[in-house]
Amino acid sequence: MFENLTERLSRTVQQLRGKGRLTEDGIRETLREVRIALLEADVALPVVQTFISAVREKALGQEILKSLTPGQAMVKLVHDELVKIMGVENEALDLKAQPPVAVLMAGLQGSGKTTTTAKLARRLIEQEKKRVMVVSCDIYRPAAIEQLKTLAGQVGAVFQPSTVSQKPADIAREAVAEARRQMCDVLLVDSAGRLHVDEEMMAEIREVHAAINPHETLFVVDAMTGQDAANTASAFNDALPLTGIVLTKTDGDARGGAALSVRHITGKPVKFLGSGEKTDALQPFHPERVASRILGMGDVLSLVEEVHRKVDHQEAEKLVKKIRRGRGFDLEDFKSQMEQMQNMGGLGSLVDKLPGMSNLPDQVKSQVDDRQTRQMIAIINSMTPHERRFPDVIRGSRKKRIAMGSGTQIQAVNRLLKQHSQMQRMMKKMGKGGMAKMMRKVGNLQGQLPPGKLPGGKMPF
Amino acid sequence: MLRIFRKNKNKPGAVQDVQLRPAEQSGLDPLEQRLEDTRRQLGKRLGALLTGRSSIDEDLLDEIETTLITSDIGVQAALEIVENLRAGISNRVITEPKQVLPAVQAELFELIEPCEQFLAVDEGKKPFVIFMVGVNGAGKTTTIGKLAQRFKEDGLSVMLAAGDTFRAAAVEQLKSWGERNDIPVVAQNTGADSAAVIFDALQSAKARNIDVLIADTAGRLHTQHNLMEELKKINRVMGRIDPEAPHETMLVVDAGTGQNAVNQAREFNQAVGLTGITITKLDGTARGGVLFGIAHELGIPIRFIGVGEAAKDLRPFDAGSFVNAILPID
Repeated sequence: MFENLTERLSRTVQQLRGKGRLTEDGIRETLREVRIALLEADVALPVVQTFISAVREKALGQEILKSLTPGQAMVKLVHDELVKIMGVENEALDLKAQPPVAVLMAGLQGSGKTTTTAKLARRLIEQEKKRVMVVSCDIYRPAAIEQLKTLAGQVGAVFQPSTVSQKPADIAREAVAEARRQMCDVLLVDSAGRLHVDEEMMAEIREVHAAINPHETLFVVDAMTGQDAANTASAFNDALPLTGIVLTKTDGDARGGAALSVRHITGKPVKFLGSGEKTDALQPFHPERVASRILGMGDVLSLVEEVHRKVDHQEAEKLVKKIRRGRGFDLEDFKSQMEQMQNMGGLGSLVDKLPGMSNLPDQVKSQVDDRQTRQMIAIINSMTPHERRFPDVIRGSRKKRIAMGSGTQIQAVNRLLKQHSQMQRMMKKMGKGGMAKMMRKVGNLQGQLPPGKLPGGKMPF
Repeated sequence: MLRIFRKNKNKPGAVQDVQLRPAEQSGLDPLEQRLEDTRRQLGKRLGALLTGRSSIDEDLLDEIETTLITSDIGVQAALEIVENLRAGISNRVITEPKQVLPAVQAELFELIEPCEQFLAVDEGKKPFVIFMVGVNGAGKTTTIGKLAQRFKEDGLSVMLAAGDTFRAAAVEQLKSWGERNDIPVVAQNTGADSAAVIFDALQSAKARNIDVLIADTAGRLHTQHNLMEELKKINRVMGRIDPEAPHETMLVVDAGTGQNAVNQAREFNQAVGLTGITITKLDGTARGGVLFGIAHELGIPIRFIGVGEAAKDLRPFDAGSFVNAILPID
C-alpha cells in the first residue's frame, strides 16, 4: 500500500531528467513526494511542514543536483535529516541522582504505561543490577493496581501496594518514603492513562509530579498513533517537564511517524522502544532504524540483529569449523540451517524486513512460503543417519522409501538432493575464505556496520 | 471513493441536496462540550476563510486539505477530495465559497453513511454472541463493560467471558466490571486457554438461557501470526456449540490510531471476518478519520463510538455528526 520513498523519488527525478538539469521546481516536486511519504507514515502535519522547509534549505544549499543519482542523494538527505531530528545517539535513562531515583510514567489510555513500567523494571534489575520498586497511581481503571502487582512479581521488582481510595499524589509520596526505607535504587511510578484535554486529570498528574519531583518523566506513546500525536505530545509537554519518550507497540507494521512528531514537538529524546508482549521486549532507541522505517526503507539493522539473536551460535560455529576442516556440508547441516530459518519466523518475516520488499504484491509474498522448507525437513527426517552423512548413497529404492516416509514424491527428493549439492559446492568455496569476503561486501553495502559486527559465516542463507 | 462531483456534473447544485443531520448537542455534558470545542475550533478556522469572500481561493482549499489530513483520513484521500473539489469548481458545479464545505461533507457522508448500521441484538439467538477483538490498548475490556451495562439497561440478561488470559489482571478487570453491574463473568486463571474459557462461557450461557454473551480476548497486534491463528481457533470452537456463533465480531479501534488502523481492520477481517467496528477515545482531539479508509476498503458496519468513561458515553455511531466532527461547518 505504501510506496517506498526511494522508488517514489526516483520516479519523480526521472520525470525531471529530460529537462537538462534539476531546477528549484524539481526540488519542489521531490519535496512534495517526501511530504506525502511522511504523511502516509503518520508524521503529524505541522511537523512535516517544518521538516520539509528544513530539507528544502539544505537541498538548495547542497550540490544534490550535480549528483549522478539525485533521487538517491535526496533520500539520503531526508534520511540524514530525520536521524538528526531524532537524536543522533541513543540516550539512556539518567539515574545519576540520590537514590531512590523516581521515574514517572505518563501517557494516554492504552498507550502501554503499565507494561512499559514492568519492562523497564526488568531491564534495570537485570542489566543494571538495580533494586527497583514499582507503584501504581492508577485508581481509576479496574484492576490496574492488580496488573502492576502481578507484573512486579514476574520481573522481581518490589511492589508498593496502593488502594483506589488513596489520592495519587499521596500514593507517590508514600512510595518515595517506602523506597528509601527499603533501600531501593529506583522507584517507577505508573500513572493512570488520561486524555490531554481532561483538565482535572492533567492537574492530578502535575500534583503527582510536584509531590515526588521525579528525576525522569517519561511520556509513553503508541507507535501506531496518527496525526493526534502532535496534540497529545504538546499538551503533555506543557503540563509536565518531560525528560524522555517511550515508543510502544513497535513490533506491528505501523510506520511509526508518531516517533518523529513526538520527538520534534517535545524536543525530548526517545529513550526506549517497546517491541513485544513479553517483559523483556524493551529496546534502546536507535534513531537510524526508526528513520529508515518511517521512510519505508526496510529495517536491515533490526534484521541483522534478529538473525544474530536467534541463530544458534554453537550450531553455526560447529558448521563453520567443519567446513574449514574441509569436511562436507551434509544433509544434517542442511536441515539445521532450514530449522534455524524457521526459528526466525520463516522466510516471510525475513522478506518483510528487507528494503523495498514491503511493496511486493501479496501474491508474490505468498509464494515465499515456508511449506517447502517444512517439506524439505520432512524428507531429511525420513533418511537414515548414514544417508544424511553420505547423500551419494541415495539411489532408486532409497529414494522411493524416503519419498514414502515423508509423504512426498520422488521428484521432491531429487529436488532436495540437487539443491543440497549446489549448496555444498557453494559452501566449499566459502570454506576457502570466500565467506569472509562475501560478508565484507554485505557490510560495505550497508555502509554503517563494521564487517566484524556481522554474524559472519553464520547466516543460514 | 469519490463519486459525488462526477455524478453531479450534469446536475449543478445537486451537491446541496444531501441533508446532514445536526450534531448531537446537549450543552451540559462536559464531554460533549469538549467534542464541541474541537469542532468549533476547526469550524472557526474554516469559517474565517468563508466570510466576506465572493470567490473560492487557494487558502480555503489548503485549509480543507489540512483539516482532512489532520483527521487521519489519509493523505491520498485528502488530496483526492481537494482535487475533485478543484474539478468541481472549474466545472462550475461549485461556484460560491459557501457551497464548498457542504460539498466536501456530502462526499464524506456518502462514503461513511452505508456503515451506519446499528447493532441489533437478535433475541431469537440465545445467546447472541459478541466476540471482541483488537490490538493492545484499544479499549476492548472497557468497551465490553459499557456494552454490558447498556444491554442490561435494555432488559437483556448478559454474561461475560474473560477470554483475555494473557495480560496480567485482565481477568480481574473484567470481573470488576461484572461485579459493578451484577453480571456473571466466566473466567479461568491467567494463562488458561482462551478458547476453552469462551467455550465454557458459551455452554453456560446456553444452559442459563442468557440473552447476550460478550467474549473478551487479549489484545494482539495483527502482525502476530500465531495470535491471529488463536482467534480463528476461538471462532471454530464457538462454532461447535452454535454454528452461527459469534453473531457479531467486533473490532475495537483507538481513535488516535493513524493509517495503521486500515491494516488492523484488513488483517482482523481476514482472520475472523469482522461484522462491526467500535471506535474508542473520540473524546480527545483525535477525530478518527481513518474510519473513512476502512469504510472505503472494507465497508464494515460501524456500531459505536466511545466518548468517555461512563457507560452512556458509548454511543451508536451517527454518520452525520461524525462527518461534522471531521469537517465542521461553524
